Amino acid sequence: MTATTELKKKDAQKTWFVLSSLVTRDFKLKYRRSVLGILWSVLNPLLMMIVLACVFSYMFRFQIEHYAVYLILGQTLFSMMTDSTSAAMTSIIEASPLIKKVRIEKMVFPVEKVLFACLNFLFSLVAVAAVMLFYQIAPTFNLLLLPVLLIFVILFCSGLGLLLAALAVFFRDIIHLWGVLTMAWMYATPIIYPMDLLPDFMQRLEVFNPMYHYVTYFRDITMYGTTPSLETNLICLGMAVITFAIGLAVFRKTEKKFILFV
Amino acid sequence: MSETASQPMIRVENVDMVFNIANQQLNTLKEYFIAAVRRQLFFREFVALEGIDVTIERGDVYGIVGTNGSGKSTLLKIIAGVLEPTRGTCTINGTIAPLIELGAGFDMELTARENIYLNGSLLGYSKKFVDDNFDAIVDFAEVRDFIDMPLKNYSSGMVARIAFAIATATVPDILVVDEALSVGDFLFQQKCEKRIDELVEGHGTTLLFVSHSIDQVERVCKKALWIERGHMRMNGSVEEVCEAYRHFEG
Repeated sequence: MTATTELKKKDAQKTWFVLSSLVTRDFKLKYRRSVLGILWSVLNPLLMMIVLACVFSYMFRFQIEHYAVYLILGQTLFSMMTDSTSAAMTSIIEASPLIKKVRIEKMVFPVEKVLFACLNFLFSLVAVAAVMLFYQIAPTFNLLLLPVLLIFVILFCSGLGLLLAALAVFFRDIIHLWGVLTMAWMYATPIIYPMDLLPDFMQRLEVFNPMYHYVTYFRDITMYGTTPSLETNLICLGMAVITFAIGLAVFRKTEKKFILFV
Repeated sequence: MSETASQPMIRVENVDMVFNIANQQLNTLKEYFIAAVRRQLFFREFVALEGIDVTIERGDVYGIVGTNGSGKSTLLKIIAGVLEPTRGTCTINGTIAPLIELGAGFDMELTARENIYLNGSLLGYSKKFVDDNFDAIVDFAEVRDFIDMPLKNYSSGMVARIAFAIATATVPDILVVDEALSVGDFLFQQKCEKRIDELVEGHGTTLLFVSHSIDQVERVCKKALWIERGHMRMNGSVEEVCEAYRHFEG
């Protein structure tokens, strides 16, 4: 009994070593040879928000208080989803030299990409904090729920990433399609516009959009200082768990054939 | 412990490996649907291995010979657990260090130091193990002066040395060497052979060795297996098999 738990602990440590090594690699490669380096993780969402805020607050006059904060919250969380899923999608194909030669837990590759995107998201929170400071919005204790939200989103993105990674091995079409799909998804989610701008049927459909729930959750705990209800938490958790279960099942079912197709 | 000691190290039972080779690679949905409709036209079966049945005991030093494309690497991949056989089973009792291709998983943009940690983790070492063996790896590879240089600036021989040093840092129960030694100069080859000898003689590691150099196989191995066009042609002492293999064509 103790021997098996000891062994499991060792395995977990090794898996963590693989994940952290891969995240370190990605991190080093991303900022190698750039002068500002890691600062880009903060600057990028800030600049993106400024562009979007300029464009959309002049073109359409949305009735949103603190539009810049509203925008950057939605945009950083949503880009964590797009970044992680599109990187996870090609992770297996990119790791093909390794998969063909070494017996290795293949799940680490997509999951690592999600963790890396999550790390970037954490850095971009500095930009969020700066914008909130500018508008003098003080966070409340509700912000303590952020780790909970992160667990939901990591689970959700991992599930989606595993699914896409497995599908991309067999159908490279997905890689081309995913960029368009995430763009459509972004416009279908109230990120740059308020919810009540949507026609009635779309508003009702948002209930089925996981990203709508996560973005709303993020804004609630960060800028509105409200506590998401138990029901909201359960919906967010449920969507994450179901997505993860589907992604994991598809990945596990197909992973033995990867080597023949990568 | 005594139970596992009496079991064979590697047991390959009636292994068949069949590949579905498409006449053209099917990578898009459209191609896939067309292929699905006219399946027979598109898929051709290729039998890479048929009825392979080998038992390798603890401490055996096996050479595998055969002409190009006869299934040697496929067999090694099945033993290494990378490829699942179509039929039959392959059982392994112990840890395995595959040197099927040196440097798989290296990132050329990273430094040697970073690659040693990355590759170590991918080969299943713990962080502590890499920490403890870091100096030994660097010394074996003789890259101490260049340790913080990106790998893309290394010569291919130096990369091979690092890869070999990492892969043999541990004492595996089974060591699989596939053409790995063909890169690198004669000094490096001698060093690798010495390290392999050390593992085999000193630690009782089971060795599977693939090489196109019959002389090298004869020098390193005690037993040999000859695979020809996916079939096992001969299995016995290295002298007999190599002698027969030499006369195969000439």
